[in-house]
Amino acid sequence: MTQFLQQTINGLSIGSIYALIALGYTMVYGIIKLINFAHGEIFMFGAYMGMLGITMLGLPFYAAFVLSMVLTAILGVVIERVAYKPLRNSSRIAALITAIGVSFLIQNLMLRIMGARIYAFPQVINNQVFVFFGLRVNLIQMIIFVVSILLMIGLQLLVKKTKLGRAMRAVSVDKDAAALMGINVNNIITMTFAIGSALAAAAGIMVGLYYIRVFPFMGFTPGLKAFVAAVFGGIGIIPGAMIGGFSIGLIETYVAGYGSTLYKDAVVFAILIIILLVKPSGLLGKNEKEKV
Amino acid sequence: MSLLRIEKISKSFGGLMAVSNVSFNVEKGSLIGLIGPNGAGKTTLFNVLTGVYAPSNGKVWLHKDVDILLSDKKPHQIAQIGVARTFQNIRLFKELTVLDNIKIAMNQQVEYGLIGSLSHLGVFHEAEHTIHQKALQILAMVSLDKLAQEKAKNLPYGKQRQLEIARALATGSKLLFLDEPAAGMNPQETQELTSFIASIRKKMDLTIVLIEHDMSLVMKICEKIFVLDYGKLIASGTPTQIKNDPRVIEAYLGEEE
Repeated sequence: MTQFLQQTINGLSIGSIYALIALGYTMVYGIIKLINFAHGEIFMFGAYMGMLGITMLGLPFYAAFVLSMVLTAILGVVIERVAYKPLRNSSRIAALITAIGVSFLIQNLMLRIMGARIYAFPQVINNQVFVFFGLRVNLIQMIIFVVSILLMIGLQLLVKKTKLGRAMRAVSVDKDAAALMGINVNNIITMTFAIGSALAAAAGIMVGLYYIRVFPFMGFTPGLKAFVAAVFGGIGIIPGAMIGGFSIGLIETYVAGYGSTLYKDAVVFAILIIILLVKPSGLLGKNEKEKV
Repeated sequence: MSLLRIEKISKSFGGLMAVSNVSFNVEKGSLIGLIGPNGAGKTTLFNVLTGVYAPSNGKVWLHKDVDILLSDKKPHQIAQIGVARTFQNIRLFKELTVLDNIKIAMNQQVEYGLIGSLSHLGVFHEAEHTIHQKALQILAMVSLDKLAQEKAKNLPYGKQRQLEIARALATGSKLLFLDEPAAGMNPQETQELTSFIASIRKKMDLTIVLIEHDMSLVMKICEKIFVLDYGKLIASGTPTQIKNDPRVIEAYLGEEE
């Protein structure tokens, strides 16, 4: 039992990271029906920016955190404007392939600029371990969980309660009608990329802090897993990405804890295959039947 | 002074002239009917007027204190200037609530930015409260206030049509383009719609241009009618004049042998 609860704690912490990244996938998909495969690299960029903010600029952790979110949001917007916007009206496969290209581009630019070496993320937080009833929770795990939850609540409020959120929901249902109601669709798409990228940056810094390692390919696996999480919860649905993120995090930790760490990635992708076979629209998605 | 001036508008798709050299004026406060057989270019003309298509030729001017050239503006800019429309096939935000559909249309009237709303929660709440009340008022006008929390797709057809008109009104526009508002309605619903259009027009001081196939509606409420056929304006005048115009009869019924 103790072991199960211990795994649950570990799973929730890594799951909140997946959830944050998955939100970026799902928001972008919801609004322009594009799987932004460069999102894992945006996450990686966020981790680098956070690290550089601390080491080069000597900023305190929270300031580096905010700075990284802002810079990464800008990167997301630039990618959208340069790579995706010109393809807005072309086929979806063209945009998808572009996204994969952008992913390689950012990876290799980072490789070129920062080199292939693995940086150690500065240990700015004294990682105390707390023991409750025999369960070990360390401070960074708690920070990851709390910060993620706060960001997700913030996002929910933004989407549900503000005019920006209303405009985002309108654009995701019907772009043309939204424009004819006076909504500047391009601005809304830009904001969506900015918000999704900022969340990925937050995830990137926290992963850097937790695993200490920062390197150009660090976005690949978490990016793919978060993509699975987004599909699992129902791509395009914001609460779905959160549920999917936590589910994937928990499943992965249970498999690692009770089975073998060797299988954990395989299980995650097996889930993707099963979901696509059984319920392609995801947990919260509805299978829409066309009226005839 | 005309509110809307349409000057020699043409729109072609490849070799097809969907609208060709159409000019007319819309006086402020008038209720105009735009009729014509299927494929005459009525909806294309609406799409040009609301910025969905750029015209191949010609200009559209809106008079609002000064003359504004509409034909080089994007759809959202035209909507912000104060021109709203409905669609032939209803295009509500189906997955969102009735209330949200209205609020989205009112977005441009909300005065707070992203940063401002974070730092001044008071301003934010006040603005959101005002918009909420206003949206409910607009819904009350079309007796949809009881259904405010319902998803738009769950409304009966006639109510969806009314919601779409209400949404267009919510943009604050004084010029409305209604694309076949009575399409798919039974005579009873059409009757209600006719009186509804007449009442909002008086109450809100609107200028309305509508496309309609239901002649009972058109003849009853429109003061002036323009007839399109094969993209060309073939006739204009009062309902009585149009009813007796040989070119219109020919367009609808074919030439007498």
